[in-house]
Amino acid sequence: MTTLPLSVRIGIVCVATAAIAALAAFGDQTMLRFASRIAIMGLAAVAVDVVLGYAGLVSLGHAAFFGLGAYVTGALALMGHTEGLIVWPIAVGTAALAALIIGALALRTSGVYFIMITLAFAQMFYYGANAVPGLGGADGFRLPSRSTLGGLPLDNPRAFFVLSAFILVAVLLFARRASFAAFGYALQAARDDDVRSAASGIENYRLRLAAFAISGAIAGLAGVLSANLTLYIAPSSVLSWHLSAELLVMVILGMAGTLYGAVVGAAIFLALVEVISHYTDFWAMYVGIAVIARVLLIRDGLLVTLRRLVTA
Amino acid sequence: MSIAFLAEQSFNALQLGLMLFLMAVGVTLAFGTMRLINLAHGSFFMLAAYFYAWIIAQTESGIVAWVGALGALAILAIAIERLIIRPLYLRDHLEQVLATFGLILVFNDLVMMIWGRDPVYVPLPDILSGHVMLGDIAYPTYRLVITAVAVVIGIAIWYLIACTRTGGLIRASADNRAVVQALGANVDRLGAVVFALVAVLAGIAGIMTAPLIAVTSGMGDSVLIQSLVVVIIGGLGSIAGALVGAILVAFVEVFGRTYLPMALGNTTGFALANMAIYLLMAVTLVWRPFGIFGKPR
Amino acid sequence: MTTPLLRTRGVCKRLGGLLVSDGISIEVMPGELHAIIGPNGAGKTTLLNQIGGQLIPTAGTIVFDGVDVTSMSVQDRARLGIGRTFQVPRVFQSFSAADNPAVGVLGRKPHTFGLWTPVRRLTDCASQARAALSAVGVEDKGDARAELLSHGDRRLVEIATALAGKPRLLLLDEPMAGLGRDESLRMSALLKTMKGGAAIVMVEHDMDAVFSLADTVTVLAHGKVIASGRPEDIRTNPQVRSSYLGADDDA
Repeated sequence: MTTLPLSVRIGIVCVATAAIAALAAFGDQTMLRFASRIAIMGLAAVAVDVVLGYAGLVSLGHAAFFGLGAYVTGALALMGHTEGLIVWPIAVGTAALAALIIGALALRTSGVYFIMITLAFAQMFYYGANAVPGLGGADGFRLPSRSTLGGLPLDNPRAFFVLSAFILVAVLLFARRASFAAFGYALQAARDDDVRSAASGIENYRLRLAAFAISGAIAGLAGVLSANLTLYIAPSSVLSWHLSAELLVMVILGMAGTLYGAVVGAAIFLALVEVISHYTDFWAMYVGIAVIARVLLIRDGLLVTLRRLVTA
Repeated sequence: MSIAFLAEQSFNALQLGLMLFLMAVGVTLAFGTMRLINLAHGSFFMLAAYFYAWIIAQTESGIVAWVGALGALAILAIAIERLIIRPLYLRDHLEQVLATFGLILVFNDLVMMIWGRDPVYVPLPDILSGHVMLGDIAYPTYRLVITAVAVVIGIAIWYLIACTRTGGLIRASADNRAVVQALGANVDRLGAVVFALVAVLAGIAGIMTAPLIAVTSGMGDSVLIQSLVVVIIGGLGSIAGALVGAILVAFVEVFGRTYLPMALGNTTGFALANMAIYLLMAVTLVWRPFGIFGKPR
Repeated sequence: MTTPLLRTRGVCKRLGGLLVSDGISIEVMPGELHAIIGPNGAGKTTLLNQIGGQLIPTAGTIVFDGVDVTSMSVQDRARLGIGRTFQVPRVFQSFSAADNPAVGVLGRKPHTFGLWTPVRRLTDCASQARAALSAVGVEDKGDARAELLSHGDRRLVEIATALAGKPRLLLLDEPMAGLGRDESLRMSALLKTMKGGAAIVMVEHDMDAVFSLADTVTVLAHGKVIASGRPEDIRTNPQVRSSYLGADDDA
């Protein structure tokens, strides 16, 4: 239920639109690639925020859905199918189905159990991908080409970036809209007090399962885009549980429960990694220190601090 | 499919199971006593192995290496508990997950910075490098010894928890920390003791396993996940569950890898063998969402 | 002779070896205010939990309006018409006071999968939520964030949330608990206005409220019903006096 004042929201929209437009028009290859990565990881972080911020569930298994989206896209590409309008729904649908099954089991528990179960199931996919023949095992494989959308190729980095940004914005708007609708209210009520919500007739389990499946679909979509961006998939890059944890970090860096905060968090995280890795190979250690510091020192997200500054 | 082969695989499974038990009992104790989810548990496994490898390379003495490695690990664990874990006891699990994930990142890189990226090999102690004849099978002495050590430690842990005053406090604290505090016990110190104990258990598992595998950065990650699967199956907070879960997981893992490729052909069999323990976990969850001996909390 | 809206027969609940409810059989008539009193540990909240569905009885049956609800889920009972509030008021912390009963309205339907229309613009939902708030008297706090409300206001918001579900039976767990003198008077007045609508089962310790509001009083002790009847009869019942009201005098 957190909303920034209207003026701030309009400001964010203007800045974001300007940034996207500027990048699309003037960005060079590297910038466009980096911006596309931010959009894609932002999308995956939004998926995690749907589950974390709105359903109140900590999932350490979203890499499974991201990776499934990527692998299905890649596998179909290897078989010669590159038409996005066909491949992408299949990939996203697979991720959503996986989320439905995992969620059905995991949501019967709560708290720590839920966290561990999502982690373990994601690992199952990780080890599975290592072993499925024809997909390169631990080394993964290269995609022959990007998908086409309705026959139109996506090789142009400018076009790809605009598409990624567009998808991100569309998902954000839709998800935000849903959060203020009956589904969003009931889900957040279940998060705030599931005993009270049950006593009012709210079907907590069904709502959470639906949210988890939708979240899996969004993460799968991010995986589809990621496969198209890098044209390379391996278990360690798209199915690693470190990725799941990093998505949680991104959501927290922004602010859980605002959806666009997840995108901000993703941008901050990726920028941080980019900068640190210029100086040292051991950027992961510094990220770890930053995460520990962030958890110990700041109780709320960055955007909450910003909001306080703005409204004070 | 000889008896000898079956027996050998069974011993391997038992040995793996007991190593997993040492790890899982730590996870379950940490959660049971302190409601703590600690992802860096696998890092203790790894750090002990690295410490041991380094000390034994310097001193050639197994005893010094054991004491030194576990001692250093315990000190490190106490420091971590005081600085990072203690502020997080009352916070939600998300923050514990993130902070301990941060620790994994730090330690994984730290060992590479200090000891390089290449795997480190720890030699088998000479006296234990032979074979013992069990009927017709020549079984590695080392594996037999570490299995025995794990059994002894398991019994010691059980004794500690079930029969000593500290163990009673630990069990009480698991049920209601506030009451134990009100009774005058120093719950903070108890938490530090448990955390250090848990780290040392992981360290022992790490040192004993070190000669069998390559010591590398990130080796703790897969052990962590396996121990979480054990605890999910056995039930969080239950030592009996940790044992049962560990044995189950180990047997499925070992026999899955041996027999599934034989039964189902290389590709399907290998894929299934990889996923076997997770499928076991899924089946357990359908039947018991909180694990065999677990209780919803 | 009207049929009881709620009838429990021989309800028993065993919790970890302790028989908390021991053969409880009560009847609640439509529209009546039925108070449940008794010393601490008598099993009053446990009984409420079994009627509401938060606990399932070990033995016995619970029939609501002719439907056996003994093992029915909490949500199904809510939609059937059983509402409740809790001893410590439960509100949706991050929601505004007005949005709390809105959830109560939404819960009346089994499916809350509307993804597009904002709840505040669902005309019937918004107006019913506001009406519920007015009914309990906190419409002026509508926009306040629920977690910032005072204890008394939270309790009122929770009652509004329960009322928004249009219950035919309302289970109130100690509605007076923690209220100051003025708030208690307000609550009594509110409960009086609610009489004649939904039947109310009220667990309470505040004897003034109980004896001024209740149509029927049931006394529980050690998980058993030791007396049930009109307030004046209960007040003079010697067994009740010694095991509960008498104990109060000594305290």
